[in-house]
Amino acid sequence: MKATATNEAELIRRILAGETNLFHELIRPYERLVYVTIFAILKNETEAEDGAQETMINAFRYLKNFRGDAKFSTWLVTIAMNEARKRLRKGKTAAEDSLDTTLEDNEGGDYTPAVPTDWREIPLEALEKKELREKLREAVTMLPEKYREVFVLRDIEELNQEETAAALGINVTLVKVRLHRARMMLQKTLVPYLQSGARLEAEGKPTRGGFFRRWFA
Amino acid sequence: MKLDCKHVWEHISGYLDRQLDPQLLAAVEKHLESCEVCSAVLDSTRNVLVLTADDRTYELPVGYSERLHARLTAVIAGGETA
Repeated sequence: MKATATNEAELIRRILAGETNLFHELIRPYERLVYVTIFAILKNETEAEDGAQETMINAFRYLKNFRGDAKFSTWLVTIAMNEARKRLRKGKTAAEDSLDTTLEDNEGGDYTPAVPTDWREIPLEALEKKELREKLREAVTMLPEKYREVFVLRDIEELNQEETAAALGINVTLVKVRLHRARMMLQKTLVPYLQSGARLEAEGKPTRGGFFRRWFA
Repeated sequence: MKLDCKHVWEHISGYLDRQLDPQLLAAVEKHLESCEVCSAVLDSTRNVLVLTADDRTYELPVGYSERLHARLTAVIAGGETA
C-alpha cells in the first residue's frame, strides 16, 4: 500500500529533523519500483539489486535536496534511472553505443508493425507461459535506450505521462511518441510468440478450430 | 474521416491509452470493425501490455527487501561511508 502524500511529507520532515530510522518506512512502498526500473533497463539481477541499494542510499543522503513540489516517487525514479544509466555505460562497449544511436535516428518516422500471419484470439494459457515472459524481458532490454526508458516507466511502473516526462526530463509529447515506438517494436519482436501456431503454445495445435484463421497463408 | 491501415497503426497506443479524441476514436473503431489485420495488430500489442503488467514478468529476488534494509540500517547508523 502506498503512503499518502501527507504521510510522506510528514515522514520526510521527521527524518530530516533527526528521526532517521523512519527512512525505512518512507521507502518501503517503493522497493519494487526501484528494483524493477533498474532491472528492466539492465536485465541483470545482481546489478539491479546493487543499483537499487545505491538508489535508496543516495535518496537518504540527499533527502534534504528533495523539493516538495515533485512527488517523492518521481524523485526516487529519477535517481534509479540515473543509477541504471551509469551502470549501463560501465558495462557497455563503444560498438553497442553507436548501434543505439543508429537505431534511435528513426524517431518520428513511420513504423510498420508485424502482422500475425496465423492469428486468432490468444488463449490465456499462452500468456501464462514462463518462456513468453522471458522473451518479453529480453525484448525490452533490446529496445534502444530512450524508448526503453519510457516503456519501463509508463508500462512497467505505470507512471503517468507527466510523471514519466518529469523523471526523464523530456516533454509529454516525446513520452507519447517514444512509448508508441517502443510498443510497436515489442509487438514486432514478440508476434512470433504471440500467435496461435507459436512454439510456446501448449500442444502446438489449436483447440478451438473455429477460431483458427490464416491471413496470408 | 476514413483511415487506412497505416494511420490506424499510428494511433494504436493512443487507442489503448484511451487518449484519442472522439472523432478519431470513432474512425479507428470503424476501421477495426472491418479490418482483421489491424485488429490482429491491436490484439497482439494489447497482449504485450497485459504480459508487461503481469507481476510475474518482473519479480523481486528472494531476500531483496531484507538485504536492502540491512544495508540502510548500516548507512543510517553511519557504519558505512561514501
